[in-house]
Amino acid sequence: MDQLLRMIVDLLMTLGNGTLLSTQNEARGDLRETIDWIIRRSDRILDLMVEHLWLVLFTLVIAIVVSVIVGIFISYYETLAQPVLGVCQVLMVIPSIAMLAFMVTIFGIGFTSGVVALVLYSLLPIVRNTYTGIRELDPAILESAKGMGMTERRILFKIKLPLARPVIMAGVRTAAVMMIGIAALAAYVGAGGLGELIFQGIGRGHRPMIIAGAIGVSIIAVAFDYILYYGEKRFSVEGRTREGN
Amino acid sequence: MIKVEGLTKVFPGQTIPAVKDLNLEIKEGDVCVLVGPSGCGKTTTMKMINRLYEPTGGKVYIRGEDHMKIDPIKLRLDIGYVIQEIGLFPHMTIYENIATVPNEKKWPREKTKEKVEELMHLVGLDPEIFQNRYPTALSGGQRQRVGVARAMVSDPPIMLMDEPFGAVDPITRARLQNEFLRIQERMSKTIVFVTHDIDEAIKMSDTIAVMNEGELIQHDTPSDLLSAPADEFVANLVGRHRSIKRLHLIRVHEILKEVDRTEPLTEDAKKEEVEKQLEDSDLRTVIVVDRDNKLKGVIGASDLKRKAGEVAGDYCHEVSDTVTDDATLNDALSVMLECGVGYVAVVNEDEMYQGTITLGDLLNVVREDS
Amino acid sequence: MFRTLWVWIGIPLIMIGIVAAMIIYSVNNPTDSIVERMLTYERVFRVIRQHASLLLISMTGATIVGVLGGIMLSRPSLYRAGRVVETIVNIGQTVPSIAILALFYTILGMGFRVAVFALFLYSILPILRNTFAGIDGVDYSIIEAARGMGMHPLRILTKIELPIAFPIIVAGFRTAIVINVGAATLATFIGGGGLGDLIVTGLAVRREMIILNGAALAALSAILLDYLIGKAEERVVKWS
Repeated sequence: MDQLLRMIVDLLMTLGNGTLLSTQNEARGDLRETIDWIIRRSDRILDLMVEHLWLVLFTLVIAIVVSVIVGIFISYYETLAQPVLGVCQVLMVIPSIAMLAFMVTIFGIGFTSGVVALVLYSLLPIVRNTYTGIRELDPAILESAKGMGMTERRILFKIKLPLARPVIMAGVRTAAVMMIGIAALAAYVGAGGLGELIFQGIGRGHRPMIIAGAIGVSIIAVAFDYILYYGEKRFSVEGRTREGN
Repeated sequence: MIKVEGLTKVFPGQTIPAVKDLNLEIKEGDVCVLVGPSGCGKTTTMKMINRLYEPTGGKVYIRGEDHMKIDPIKLRLDIGYVIQEIGLFPHMTIYENIATVPNEKKWPREKTKEKVEELMHLVGLDPEIFQNRYPTALSGGQRQRVGVARAMVSDPPIMLMDEPFGAVDPITRARLQNEFLRIQERMSKTIVFVTHDIDEAIKMSDTIAVMNEGELIQHDTPSDLLSAPADEFVANLVGRHRSIKRLHLIRVHEILKEVDRTEPLTEDAKKEEVEKQLEDSDLRTVIVVDRDNKLKGVIGASDLKRKAGEVAGDYCHEVSDTVTDDATLNDALSVMLECGVGYVAVVNEDEMYQGTITLGDLLNVVREDS
Repeated sequence: MFRTLWVWIGIPLIMIGIVAAMIIYSVNNPTDSIVERMLTYERVFRVIRQHASLLLISMTGATIVGVLGGIMLSRPSLYRAGRVVETIVNIGQTVPSIAILALFYTILGMGFRVAVFALFLYSILPILRNTFAGIDGVDYSIIEAARGMGMHPLRILTKIELPIAFPIIVAGFRTAIVINVGAATLATFIGGGGLGDLIVTGLAVRREMIILNGAALAALSAILLDYLIGKAEERVVKWS
């Protein structure tokens, strides 16, 4: 326990110094070392970053397609909604490294395991938001669409999905941010990406490498969060002006 | 009871005072209604009385005691407080909600229970049914009743009510207002009542304080206010239809004495009697009561043709609405208009038949006035 | 009565039983000598114990700090700071757990304590945010009614604000625990032990049996905790 306290004091001191290490000199050395290393290996870091983004975007596309279809499906078959959402909830609760491990026993080490695990994870936020986005639409709108003689197909594509889009987008955002973190773990099962830096760094005790990996992943996650957040806003504003005209 | 001297409130960051040099005296047992457009400072004034807002200047005396010298918690425990949003605690049952102040005052459990049940009866909520319910299971009108009961449970001599009936539909509001007046007649508390509705002000008040832009314009009894508005603002506020507004001021039982109308028939009266009274009555309707003088129904000409039977009870149909004898003439008028008939039967609290008033009676009242 | 027993004891026991059976089978029927050496009861119990300690210590600390912090931030005098902290917390939560653990490793080194500390800090976030948001979300008219009736500010906090915010605080606790269980399985990467240990070992020696057992245990711990808190959550609110 006293060691824990010492750690806390240590941490507060380092934060107080505005650096990441307990003494300033060491910190400066470490910081310079990290920056040097990052500059030296910027090619590789960039490659890994692109790989990371590729993994996330590739998976996100699959996840959106699958989840939105499932979400639409359960919005028509009410009785299936609770069981399906329950299963998705359980999938998301499973620790990511355990999920990846399961996938490895099925698909072996590599890209596929990473992709499947990520898709399973992103099911819940997108499926749930698609479902609630559609269910919570104003019934009067749907009734008037039906009353005007629109077919169910057209109601779905012209009314339901466009109106539920902000909610679905919010789910996509949650899923995307989560995926970036899990994609870092996927490096451990050979799916590539910035996670490689973290794991190799820990393996070799190479600080700059770890910092580059961890901060890189964090930056991508925060950036994604912001881009999607403003994307959402943009979309809804656009929708509003169009309706206004 | 409450004396306000030079009361002023300037909110931080603002230059124009929300309340400016306000002087007001409220006698014990009076209902003083603060009325004015939104933003006139009426709510601010009220909240300074129980120190939810601290005054910037001026004094408030409660029974002659400077209220800044009383601990605010103690001050508030002795002043009942009802707000428009009611603010019932959603996680507490109705019983627990009403028992809030007794619990804060650490009353013994038995006393609390007794008082809470008494108050629930008083506001017309059966404790058996309601005490263990949560506020979400209540209608708007029931919640308002709980709000009033909660404010009154520790029997505070003073009550502050900020648009207490603002959040319910007009019919429920009229009913709550009448109940409130009936309770007030018995309890005679000193009440500061805030509303923006001049009709409500006229109906509820002993005195009305009209406010505008933070200043008190006129403080008078309702009838003085109606007959002699201090300036154009007050005149506009009370509006042009002053004679109709007077209908708010007069209670049904006041004119019932003057109205001379034939006695109702009991339910076992013969058909011939019904026919005779139908001929004579200015209502073209016969009122039927049972042996306990409870209103049974009415008989119109069409009932006699449509139905068959020996006695009056066989012919009568139920009336859709009645008024109580402490309702205002305005309430009676709205019931008539709503039911589409020219009369309304008056009953007392125990639903005993008291008489009938007609549109003609109301016209007479208005005519006398003007 | 029977339903309650079934929900609270029956279903959890079934979940535990399945995983326990799997472990017993695996330990008694190892596929080869490596599995036999690496997958023993002793080791399974050790990682479970480590995992439980990781969770218990970090969650206890995070709950205390998170709730107290949330209450403090919701006080009117600190309200602005609360909004700022909320933003910081939101950003903090987008940072992946592995990145948090890795960064703490570079600052504080390896070990169980570092892992506990990182998990503790990471789990504060949802609890703090939900406590703040829960209290902040209490309808102002309710607070005003309480103040107007003469309730003491401390009594308003304990009798009104906290009970009304409680479901939201519990939801934050549930989020925190799910994140925490997930992150705790990663503690092994910085020498913190826990159930991740079995998975990582299994992956390293490429023995599916060890991987599966580790993953099953990790999944069980997460699903079970989420399930129990979810069920408790349903009972929290009597009033809406």
